[in-house]
Amino acid sequence: MDTAVFARWIGEIAAAVRADKDRLTRLDAAIGDADHGANLERGFDAVVRALADDSPDTPGALLGLVGNTLIRRVGGASGPLYGTAFREAGKALGDARTVSTADLARALEAGLAGVRRLGGAAEGDKTMVDAIAPAVRALAEAVRDGSGQREALGAAASAALAGAEATIPMRAGKGRASYLGPRSVGHEDPGAASAALVFAALCAAEAASDESRGG
Amino acid sequence: MALASTREREKVATVKKLINSVDSVVADALRGMASAHPGLLRVDEENRIVSRASGPRAGKVGLVSGGGSGHEPLHAGFVGYGMLDAACPGEIFTSPVPDQMITAATAVNGGAGVLYVVKNYTGDVLNFELAAELCADEGVEVARVLVDDDVAVRDSLHTAGRRGTGATVFVEKIAGAAAEGGAPLPEVVRVAEEVNARSRSFGVALSACTTPASGRPTFELGETEIELGIGIHGEPGRTRSTMRQARELVAVAMDALDEDMPISGDVLVMLNGMGATPLIELYVAFAEVAEYLSGKGARAARSLVGDYVTSLDMRGFSVTVCLLNEELTRLWDAPVETPALRWGR
Repeated sequence: MDTAVFARWIGEIAAAVRADKDRLTRLDAAIGDADHGANLERGFDAVVRALADDSPDTPGALLGLVGNTLIRRVGGASGPLYGTAFREAGKALGDARTVSTADLARALEAGLAGVRRLGGAAEGDKTMVDAIAPAVRALAEAVRDGSGQREALGAAASAALAGAEATIPMRAGKGRASYLGPRSVGHEDPGAASAALVFAALCAAEAASDESRGG
Repeated sequence: MALASTREREKVATVKKLINSVDSVVADALRGMASAHPGLLRVDEENRIVSRASGPRAGKVGLVSGGGSGHEPLHAGFVGYGMLDAACPGEIFTSPVPDQMITAATAVNGGAGVLYVVKNYTGDVLNFELAAELCADEGVEVARVLVDDDVAVRDSLHTAGRRGTGATVFVEKIAGAAAEGGAPLPEVVRVAEEVNARSRSFGVALSACTTPASGRPTFELGETEIELGIGIHGEPGRTRSTMRQARELVAVAMDALDEDMPISGDVLVMLNGMGATPLIELYVAFAEVAEYLSGKGARAARSLVGDYVTSLDMRGFSVTVCLLNEELTRLWDAPVETPALRWGR
């Protein structure tokens, strides 16, 4: 995967967030403060603009720019957390011009570690970690099993989606939903839901890049 | 029929906001603040920073706070002599971003360092933390004090911890007075932490608030339902209950405070409206607070009644109590001149 695939990934995330803005906001209204959709839309719009102004020439530099933009410009908890995820992943990729599925798996593990460190959430706390962690695990397993790139990314996206749905019965232990205690049960976590979109967007970007090459 | 009336209510709720457009609410309000208080405030619209018109004072610790908009007058209304040097307003109910906080810290630094006053909400904490790290890289000395006074959060080990609410006003005023008096950064930090340690808050919502972006109430309350233990973003609180007399609601709030920190002696009390509570009702409630205090052998030695930490158009109230001592009383009484608090000058 080259820089173009990663640029397409970010574009796909921005489009998915825009399309699903109302659903994310509705999920956030149930257990938070009803701004997750709007914040992510603003954030990824800013990222898309930043990428248009400055076109980084490696996947690592691109993810770094995405991360810094989200951290500095978005606000809320999602800006710093998603920003840290992308920045750490970008750092892990170094200055390689192309990235294998195994490289990506390691980079996303670094991103997840950054989110855990900053937010302090573990799996089961009903946060974005509940979607990201299983997705990163599924990706690493697929790499170990020798799966193809498309299959591996598909496994990650499915695991993220399942992880997001699995937050429904959870009681929140971090973030604003934690103030609801038992009343947070029965609602999907908006951060986990948006993380599932991010992994689905990665699949879509990879598939599109393949088509654009005529293969 | 029911569907039609719900739709009708949503439409009205969307339309009836005194705004130009959903996207420009914060920017338009900042322009208004700049026009209304040119002698007190300087508003940097581009960077979204409200600072004192007089600029930084050499040798004085700079006080910077910030948070989501929708809580006015918090924080920009408390910028001025004796209180904050700058405020960073975020989008509605969304913390500001590190860029704003760094620019503000740099702008108000008079060479004695800067204190960030941070309400304990995950977004605020993360963004101020990243900003403080970046400031340190740029050579600006920044300390942080976390305000976490909301007793409604019982289980602070299994949540993000107690929320920062009404005591933020006390911390900003009292630490602001210490800084104005020339106290060095560690001393300002100590005073700020002491105010937080001696303060507790509890809030009650009679109705939810409606953000301009969603146009719908952030949660549903039935005709006779109320929410006990709310935070300041319209997020639901401890429990649902049914509407009762002011006396009983105040007793619920005051019992929650007293259980957590026995109330005695001279106290500073803020009876805060949530944005849409008539002042006459706040005074009804304050009478009950005063009676409750005298029942505990305590006294409201200093008080504020009105809208200070709001939640847009929410109806309800919060009560914040700070156990005073001689030092905190003196700093509370020190002159202040901001759009929302002004005395002694």
